Amino acid sequence: MNLILFTFIVLLGFTSYYFGRKKAYTIQSSNKRLTALPQFYGYYLAIWCAIPAFIIFSLWAIFEPTIVKLLVLSDYSNQSYLDDELNLIYEKTKSLSRGQFTGEITPFIEASAEKYLSLRSIAQSSKAVIVLSIIIASVAYAYKRISSNSRTREPVEKFLNAVLFTASLAAILTTVGIVFSLIFQTIDFFKVIPLFDFVFGTHWYPAKAFVRDSSEALDPSMYSDTFGAVPIFAGTFFIAFIAMCVAIPIGLMSGIYLAEYASSKVRQYAKPLIEILAGIPTVVYGFFAALTVGPFLKELGTSMGLEVSAESALAAGGVMGIMIIPFISSLSDDVITSVPQSLRDGSYAMGATKSETIKRVIFPAALPGIVGSILLGVSRAIGETMIVVMASGLAANLTLNPLESTSTITAQIVVILIGDQAFGDPKTQAAFALGMSLFLVTLCLNIVALRVVKKYREKYE
Amino acid sequence: MNKSKEQLLNKRYKAEQRFRLYGLSAIFMALLFLTIFIFKIFSTGYSAFQKTWLIVPVTFDAELMMLEQNPSNEDLQDADYYDIALKSMADLDPNANEDQENELKRMVSYFFEKEIKNELLNNPGLIGKTKEVYLTASDDLDQVFKGNYPRDLPEDQRRVSDYQLKIFDQLVAKGKVESKFNISFFTYADSREPELAGIASSFMGSIFSILVCLMIAFPVAVLAAIYLEEFAPKNRFTDFIEVNINNLAAVPSIVFGLLGLGVLLAIFHLPRSTPLVGGITLSLMTLPTIIIAARASLKAVPPSIREAALAMGASRMQTTMHHTVPLSMPGTLSGTIIGLAQALGETAPLILIGMVAFVNTIPGSPMDPAASLPVQIYIWAESAERGFVEKVSACIMVLLGFLIIMNLFAQIIRHKFEKKWS
Repeated sequence: MNLILFTFIVLLGFTSYYFGRKKAYTIQSSNKRLTALPQFYGYYLAIWCAIPAFIIFSLWAIFEPTIVKLLVLSDYSNQSYLDDELNLIYEKTKSLSRGQFTGEITPFIEASAEKYLSLRSIAQSSKAVIVLSIIIASVAYAYKRISSNSRTREPVEKFLNAVLFTASLAAILTTVGIVFSLIFQTIDFFKVIPLFDFVFGTHWYPAKAFVRDSSEALDPSMYSDTFGAVPIFAGTFFIAFIAMCVAIPIGLMSGIYLAEYASSKVRQYAKPLIEILAGIPTVVYGFFAALTVGPFLKELGTSMGLEVSAESALAAGGVMGIMIIPFISSLSDDVITSVPQSLRDGSYAMGATKSETIKRVIFPAALPGIVGSILLGVSRAIGETMIVVMASGLAANLTLNPLESTSTITAQIVVILIGDQAFGDPKTQAAFALGMSLFLVTLCLNIVALRVVKKYREKYE
Repeated sequence: MNKSKEQLLNKRYKAEQRFRLYGLSAIFMALLFLTIFIFKIFSTGYSAFQKTWLIVPVTFDAELMMLEQNPSNEDLQDADYYDIALKSMADLDPNANEDQENELKRMVSYFFEKEIKNELLNNPGLIGKTKEVYLTASDDLDQVFKGNYPRDLPEDQRRVSDYQLKIFDQLVAKGKVESKFNISFFTYADSREPELAGIASSFMGSIFSILVCLMIAFPVAVLAAIYLEEFAPKNRFTDFIEVNINNLAAVPSIVFGLLGLGVLLAIFHLPRSTPLVGGITLSLMTLPTIIIAARASLKAVPPSIREAALAMGASRMQTTMHHTVPLSMPGTLSGTIIGLAQALGETAPLILIGMVAFVNTIPGSPMDPAASLPVQIYIWAESAERGFVEKVSACIMVLLGFLIIMNLFAQIIRHKFEKKWS
């Protein structure tokens, strides 16, 4: 039904385009001057035909279920039912009306199902009628405007401009959506677990909260010492630190080499090859770390008499570092290339060798940009999920030994939310609280990094 | 401490050479990682494209199959194949006792009954006759045959018993074990048994998610880019949108997963585990990438084009839609493809919206539950069976193949169709 109505509106839109254009030609043939190109007459009519109808159509689709539900359940308003019970009754009604109900059919529910069906059919037919009459009204209005040869280009362009503007709001809406989806769960979480315990507690056992019965779930004393995020935060930064220990030297040196030493031929091949590393999906790195690097490090450690966990922080961090190399090398390459040639020439003129010029002149000049690129790399390392989930441990140990396993914010979010979740359970809310802290940390890093890079660019432009 | 000039100069030159060497070795290291990586994936994965078959003589005994004289096609469909399947496996060793018969049965996949059934359905004349039928070997024997499984372990640490190995070796000696191209890897859905697991379901899941992502992200991103680049007034609000876009591009992907879970599933009640929700989540993630690429390529269109159009009397909207946007399309499209390639490799947000569910049917629409290729990699990588290791690598090879094709495509569009303004 909806689909038919939808295609009908679209078809009407197209036909009204042709009618509008035809009208323009008839106006033209009566030797009157058109106010715009003929197709604008067509667009004008098509927009007036389709857009009001679509707006009504979508509003209807959004509000119809709620209104029908309210009307059906109004029969039960004199009895004191809880919200959950009313929802259950409504679900039963719906499945009965579809003929899929298997339980015991009470007369109440049967009456509701009948009411539901009749309401639905009233809603459907009145929707069709209203949408059609809206189309007729708006097309009549627009056709009159066209016939009197009033302006059409300006309204059409204004409409397009509004569409473009709306599209540009998508980015803001996404950010709002992220904050919105995180904040309520986070606030609920901190109602049960004090903020202080979360930020400074040193024991993280969300599984403990899971075992408990949901009826006693609201007693805060039971959760003390369960949601202390210090081991998680420490693990996150520790693994990111290991990753940066791999990525910064290799990435920076290859960036410098590519920008200053490499011949154009080497650059042409080496640069895209290194950037392949950035295009490989992270789950593939995770598999590589878990299958190859972890066992390799374990064997190496055993042969040297060291106790190495197969899921060591070193394996996850090291592989993560390899993943970040291209981010740092590309960005620092760009930054170094944009240092003005005059600085180099001045240094060479003083008799400095190339490496001395790089170390004493170019590097300091490019430092803000390089710092920015490193910060972006850190933000990526903190937010990286799959490598840690697959290659590092899932138990949160508070340790600074790279050979032991640790866990991170992202890994814990996945561990908690994989499979079915019950909203309203402190364990699920904990994942959202972790997500919130992850979002805030990376947001700060990104803002600082982007600002530093932008300032730097402006300096040499 | 009086060093001569030459000594000092020598030292400086040495430092120069050392520095150069550091740079070179850094690049070498990065490329070495890449090589090891690719080599490792290919060397573990290539064997998954072969599948081991046991050739077993099967007697289609009408009595055992509970078939009457001149059975119709329907009778053949409903016939009992389990007994003849069991019997033909047991016949491999006439002296087998009951336990050994069980072990014989476990030498092939649990699909063996179906495979025998298909053989008869294709050729109903076989009733009462004996024919050699290709049966999928169990994944352990498959691994043994490919040489991926150590045979010299003590028996209690192996999943294959000595007895099974003995029979298997006899079959090999008789030439009754064959390795053929593994078509089922591409046509079967996921399964708990490695020898029967394929990527068809996750592949379709990926395709649907990417399509949904493309249909949402591309129009919105292009329109947004046009507004920001061509029409937006320079004010606080536009700056705010810009900051938003740049930040979104760097937000960790898992946060988008939380967005999908908290908004799309919890508030809008869209169906869980479906490519529809996955695609919407991915589209929010690729949006900033495409916007940035589209803006860059709009910016690259020289002002002279706009000025010429305006001078001819075109309105600003006409100038943009008829001249600037078409000229910027190659750059926008290649940016879009690169954004989609990123989305194709994304795992974490899809796990959060439930696309890790075990799906053993091939999804027919974006509203059916499905996995995606990277999630399939994750699921198999977490499985204990040895047979999944090569499957994971093979799945990675398929995924990487797609990413390479998409990136090449983006390059071709960029180089073939993009105008060089100079």
